[in-house]
Amino acid sequence: MIRVDIRRKAFGETEILRDISFTVAPGSTVAILGASGIGKSTLLNLVAGIDTDFTGQITRTERIAIVFQEPVLLPWRSVLQNITLVHEGLGAGAALDALARVGIVDKAALFPGQLSLGQQRRVALARAFAGQPQLLIMDEPFASLDPATADDMLLLTERLIAETGPATIFVTHARREAERLADQIYELGGSPATIVTSQPRKETP
Amino acid sequence: MKWPHLSPAAIPLLSLLALLGLWIGAAALTGDAEILPMPGALLEPFWRELTSGALPYHLAHTGLRVLWAFALAMTIGTVLGLVMGSYPAVDRWLDPWLVVFLNLPALVLIVLCYLWIGLNETAAIIAVTLNKIPNVTTILREGARARDPNLRAMAQVFGMRRVTYLRHVLIPQLAPFIAGAARSGIAVIWKIVLVVEFLGRSNGVGFQIHLYFQLFNVALVLVYSLSFIAVMLLVEWLLLQPIERHVRRWRAP
Repeated sequence: MIRVDIRRKAFGETEILRDISFTVAPGSTVAILGASGIGKSTLLNLVAGIDTDFTGQITRTERIAIVFQEPVLLPWRSVLQNITLVHEGLGAGAALDALARVGIVDKAALFPGQLSLGQQRRVALARAFAGQPQLLIMDEPFASLDPATADDMLLLTERLIAETGPATIFVTHARREAERLADQIYELGGSPATIVTSQPRKETP
Repeated sequence: MKWPHLSPAAIPLLSLLALLGLWIGAAALTGDAEILPMPGALLEPFWRELTSGALPYHLAHTGLRVLWAFALAMTIGTVLGLVMGSYPAVDRWLDPWLVVFLNLPALVLIVLCYLWIGLNETAAIIAVTLNKIPNVTTILREGARARDPNLRAMAQVFGMRRVTYLRHVLIPQLAPFIAGAARSGIAVIWKIVLVVEFLGRSNGVGFQIHLYFQLFNVALVLVYSLSFIAVMLLVEWLLLQPIERHVRRWRAP
């Protein structure tokens, strides 16, 4: 179980976040919704443990994976190495499997710079899921993609989450994405930002 | 007027030939082999020095000093640059020192090292190293500042091992800066090594130049300096450039 309990986060004198608490059960997905600039990425940095300077407590699992807004690959290493260097316990076979699951196993030997942006994002997804994460963190994973590609990525992500079953936290400014993927949506608002509304997913066919 | 179309490989060659032509012209005008011998007149003394073993002996001594000073300056300068680029508090304290050392003439450091440490190998290598460190530090500090914070965050969240991070994330990011520091480094270091040898060593190319300077033997001064230039050009072409090409191969052509 992931527990997030942030009392206060400030940069110098400016308070960014206050009183944000929620839990995420294994296999469920939480979306953090909010306008850009509200402090969503700050919140994710705290949840991911990238930033540890805050008041409060966050309980995480051992195996964590992250998908950034940009692919954030190592451009000087092959696509396959981008997976195996991050997950050193993983053999080349399992890494190729992970690439196969996102449909780009034929690009394994190329450098990321030789791939399109959409393919690079698939590598980032493969990297995230290859380690069988217990907690998956995604920062605007579908932003700045054209609608068709965004839809493909959304479907793919949905499928990978269902197969792997991590606790997932993702931030987005697009309500449509949140409603599509999340079991629970928390909307951030105000200054300092806090949770203003909390709603479970409405439609389940 | 339209320039004839030349292949890119031919231009440096022609340019060097023009330099040789300039030399021949100047030597002809001087008309005194004591002051400026013809290029061809250097072959005989070159061959004599080579076969007597003197040239290889002194080249090897200078080469070893260059290698030592280069390795020390690159290592210490890289570490210092990384620390200064990563921690602004340290940078504020050390930056004035950097400015002082960057503006300290090489000659002053060399003389002080010889005075304080003695006329020995340690002093020679320390003097050259100290001369080069500030430069490497400045370049690597820029490299440290230009790092992508997202890559660091990614490595941290996925729990990448430190050794892996160093080898596959940090060093490749710094590679262009390390290569830049290395190339400008080797060029500066060998020139300072010659001065160090000139002032206080009893072997090496700089010592030989000192000797033939006192004997007013321009031919041998030229033989020794040109031989060492040739060695450094070979290092550049056969070692540094291929390494750089290999490290850069991931960039789209």
